[in-house]
Amino acid sequence: MSSIIQVGMADLKVAKAPDKLITMGLGSCIGICVVDRAKKVGCLAHIMLPSSLQAKNNNIRAKFADSAVEMLIEELQKAGATASSLVAKIAGGAQMFKFSGQSDILKIGERNAQAVEEYLEKNRIKLLAKDIGGNYGRTITFDIETSDLLVRTIGHGERVI
Amino acid sequence: MDDFDKLSIVQLDALREIGNIGAGNAATALAKLINSRIDMNVPRVSILPFAEVPDLIGGPDIPVVGLYLKVSGDAPGSILFILPIERAASLVDLLMGWEMGTTNHEGFSDMDISALMEIGNILAATYLGSLEMFTDLKFIPSVPALGMDMAGALLNAVLAQLGEVADQVLVLETELKRDGQGVVGNFFLLPDPGSLEIILEALGVDTFE
Repeated sequence: MSSIIQVGMADLKVAKAPDKLITMGLGSCIGICVVDRAKKVGCLAHIMLPSSLQAKNNNIRAKFADSAVEMLIEELQKAGATASSLVAKIAGGAQMFKFSGQSDILKIGERNAQAVEEYLEKNRIKLLAKDIGGNYGRTITFDIETSDLLVRTIGHGERVI
Repeated sequence: MDDFDKLSIVQLDALREIGNIGAGNAATALAKLINSRIDMNVPRVSILPFAEVPDLIGGPDIPVVGLYLKVSGDAPGSILFILPIERAASLVDLLMGWEMGTTNHEGFSDMDISALMEIGNILAATYLGSLEMFTDLKFIPSVPALGMDMAGALLNAVLAQLGEVADQVLVLETELKRDGQGVVGNFFLLPDPGSLEIILEALGVDTFE
């Protein structure tokens, strides 16, 4: 029996095949899915912000791109994965509100996406696929067995990356 | 104050009360606008980890319309009015005096969107107006931004702003209901970190137990 494990905002969960990981309603946030395809162990982190370094409060490591990437490597290793064989797929980073004025809220999705890609590269985790940007939310389901990432949206289709 | 757990019962009551009056006036304004009775519940004051906020409105992936206003002034924060997408369509029909069902929630026109933004403007202005009277603080709402999508996705974008300083958020939430027709929407006031102290002080309940 495979189960589907929910990952909330600013949260990170590790799972083994045949389980799947799901996170609902990604807006400007990013879902980082990382897997060791040989060991069939993977994780999903739902990050909200690009960097823990500027934050006044960085207790929750899964909230930030930089600390979440570090944390997921540690957690995956604990679960038996080999750091050098990790690969990633990411989704999210949208701009959710149409604003007439200027505001940082507009750019947060874009900054998140850049930061995630940067930290994955820095940690030599190969990015296999991404579905980022746009102005719509995403619900993603990560199948550890196949490393397929199912992206569902409202009005912008459904796809597997 | 970043440690919301230290809020006393008196402070929570005071917050609930300003939520009550603010939302009450906003409900009256909305009722006049659409010429229909609007009821509201007693506001809920909740202190929640980010991940649990979407549950207040039925889960992270239900389709909603979100109107978001940034509040500047003495105690900055955010206002969010979230309504299920079909309710938003009926609200446009009511506002425009159209027959129910005229507005299609699968394709809002620019006109429908401006109507919804206007509702956001009026609700926020009334709500903040009563807050000002109560606290003698100045609150200035921005132009509303409108998003239409999964509830969680819209909340992400708003909560991300608070995320650099906090792990939890204080939510002052009121449900507006129209005459036996169920929920119109949920109105949220999210004070920025630091603003809550200012509001509590202005209300005269700034001492901790």
